[in-house]
Amino acid sequence: MTDTTTEMDGNVAELRNTVRDPKGQGDPKSYRISKDGETTRHEDAAWADKDLKMYTRDVHVHYGDNHAIKGVSVDVRPNEVLALMGPSGCGKSTFLRCLNRMNDPVPNARIDGTIALEGENIYDKDYDVVMVRLRIGMVAQAPNPFPKSIYENIAFGPRLHGLTDGKEELDEVVENSLRRAGLWEEVKDQLHQPGTNLSGGQQQRLCIARAIANEPEVILMDEPCSSLDPVSTNTIEELIMELKKSFTVVIVTHDMQQAERVSDRVAYFHLGDLVEVGPTNAVIRDAQDQRTKEYVSGHIG
Amino acid sequence: MTDATAQGSAPGGRRIDSDAFRSRLATRRRKGAILKYSGLIAICIALAILGTLLFSIVSQGWQGFLRTNVELEITYNEEIIGGDAEDIPSGAFQEIARNGLQKALGLPPEAEDYDPSDLNALISSGVRYDLQQAVRDEPELIGRTAQLSVPVSSTMDMAYKGKLNLDVDEGRRQLSNQQLEWFNQLQDDGRLHSEFYWGLFSNSDSRSPELAGLWAGIVGSFVMIGIVAAFAFPIAVAAAVYLEEFAPKNRWTELVEVNINNLAAVPSIIFGLLGLAVFLNTLGFPRSSPLAGGAVLVLMTLPIIIIAARSALRSVPPSYRDGALMLGASRNQAVMKTVLPTALPGMLTGTIIGLAQALGETAPLLLIGMQAFVAAPPEGINDTATAIPVQIYLWANAPERGFAEKTQAAIMVLLMFLLIMNATAIILRNRFQKRA
Ligand SMILES: Nc1ncnc2c1ncn2[C@@H]1O[C@H](COP(=O)(O)OP(=O)(O)OP(=O)(O)O)[C@@H](O)[C@H]1O
Ligand SMILES: [Mg+2]
Repeated sequence: MTDTTTEMDGNVAELRNTVRDPKGQGDPKSYRISKDGETTRHEDAAWADKDLKMYTRDVHVHYGDNHAIKGVSVDVRPNEVLALMGPSGCGKSTFLRCLNRMNDPVPNARIDGTIALEGENIYDKDYDVVMVRLRIGMVAQAPNPFPKSIYENIAFGPRLHGLTDGKEELDEVVENSLRRAGLWEEVKDQLHQPGTNLSGGQQQRLCIARAIANEPEVILMDEPCSSLDPVSTNTIEELIMELKKSFTVVIVTHDMQQAERVSDRVAYFHLGDLVEVGPTNAVIRDAQDQRTKEYVSGHIG
Repeated sequence: MTDATAQGSAPGGRRIDSDAFRSRLATRRRKGAILKYSGLIAICIALAILGTLLFSIVSQGWQGFLRTNVELEITYNEEIIGGDAEDIPSGAFQEIARNGLQKALGLPPEAEDYDPSDLNALISSGVRYDLQQAVRDEPELIGRTAQLSVPVSSTMDMAYKGKLNLDVDEGRRQLSNQQLEWFNQLQDDGRLHSEFYWGLFSNSDSRSPELAGLWAGIVGSFVMIGIVAAFAFPIAVAAAVYLEEFAPKNRWTELVEVNINNLAAVPSIIFGLLGLAVFLNTLGFPRSSPLAGGAVLVLMTLPIIIIAARSALRSVPPSYRDGALMLGASRNQAVMKTVLPTALPGMLTGTIIGLAQALGETAPLLLIGMQAFVAAPPEGINDTATAIPVQIYLWANAPERGFAEKTQAAIMVLLMFLLIMNATAIILRNRFQKRA
């Protein structure tokens, strides 16, 4: 996948040049601010030699006449946690759903622009949508376990894609996924009870476990902690830090502190525009755009 | 209003302490109470109507489950029936039965001052065939004597159940003076008693009420219900899944939707006419056959099951579908693995209710020829058949008085089947809900 020989490769290289910051080399804290069109970009150089995991260029989403995303371009780097922030209704969920084509089944949604995973356009006619969602997993805002047993919930993906051979390997995948989601100890004796009987926080972790059982490369999370208590929230934040080692995470959050704790970079959306993007500290502590400043100060005080 | 508020509120008092607020509160409570009690009254009225219906059916029909028998000492007289057990005319057995009656009534063997056919008319015309069959099965009986309990005729049955007015003069009575005397004698001797009439389920239709049963109708009905279940359920589920999950939302599918909803409201007799024109006249299905009846009922039930299946699909939370898609399931897999299993109990419930409706349907069956007298259950889907509701219709129109209580009893049997089906639907739903 990484040996990109198509013209897409040239595209990525070109992009990388625009983002690379020669002055800030070696110093992760230093960044340069640039504005391309609408977006203020805090560009830090520390990552510069790595490949982009995903990139999006000039993404527009229309729901009928509602122009929900108005030309967003943002990169996702490997093994980073990118937080999408912004006021309610600004299009964070919409954008997130575009990243694994979950907007496809939405009637009258129209998506334009380029969204690429390791240099390949996932909206290409020849790109199989099942492959997209297998490589880019997702955890919805509201926990949505299937009305099946805990075991069946986790086994759903691996079974579907034939990722395991035999029952033992499947058992192993189920246990591992539950362990990584921090749920194993709580449910190991009731694996065959319905997943819908768990508490909200447990259900959310079940959904995360279900997503990582597929071994995706990128995990998208839409406000995974919005309905959780502080303890569950903490568990999930620790999980995200842990997941970062093997996956790339894009997370929607309203919680400034949470963004500071878990994310490497923040993308701030406003009414369908990407307003400001850069390292978390830079965007939250040193916002350049007036709209970002207001949002951030409204929360941090 | 503003006046009242101004007057009512104490100066500097809180708004909720004002009289206006309190009177609004009282109004609200009163309205709530009115709504509650009118709902209660409505339910009571519905229950009362249902109770009246059930009471009238049960009170008139319970005796339809009983049949009156008379105890007779039957001698299988060798002189009358001869030696060859296989080849005895039923008339001989009529004589044997009559002799039994004569003995019971203390009458001389040779008729003197009465007509032997008056005596024959006391017992069911089926008795001689029963005796004939008994001898065929067991030729050793010839020459022996046995105590038997044989069914009386329908008129006697009515008289014993007290449903015949015996105080009127002979011309307006179904029993002659002589027969009435015999009846009283048999009753006084304790030879008459009621028994549960299993024949209601195991016999087929007959011209004699005391021999008539529902077996042919039960078989016919369930063969047709089987045809409906086998064809309507899969077709309806496939149609519902397509319309709900895959069909593009455009004019064309909207038209299909409107038509399905309208079809569900089409009176069943129209489906009967359609069946007559299409299945009998064009496709040449045999008249009055379970195949033709089943086909008509399939047409009639399809829209009902489609609508039930669609609402079951629509009630599946979209998050299940999304959850499957997020895990990389194709649209098809998401439907088959999450949506359909979740919707299945609802679909089954709808199907059973559709089947129950088909079970009670009469009009379309009459139109495709099922109004004939059918004395045996169908032997195949092309054979002539009848159905429980058709049987009810025929008995209700029969002139013999004995069929009146049979009609009520048959209604109770039909209601029992409907009850069993609806209970199955409820049990299925609960079972699935618990598992989910
Ligand atoms: N399925 C849909 N059909 C039509 N319009 C939609 C749909 N989903 C979202 N929208 C519209 O798109 C815009 C962005 O919605 P989105 O859900 O992406 O906001 P959000 O940033 O996630 O908000 P929140 O923080 O409240 O979750 C809103 O104006 C919304 O009305
Ligand atoms: Mg959202």
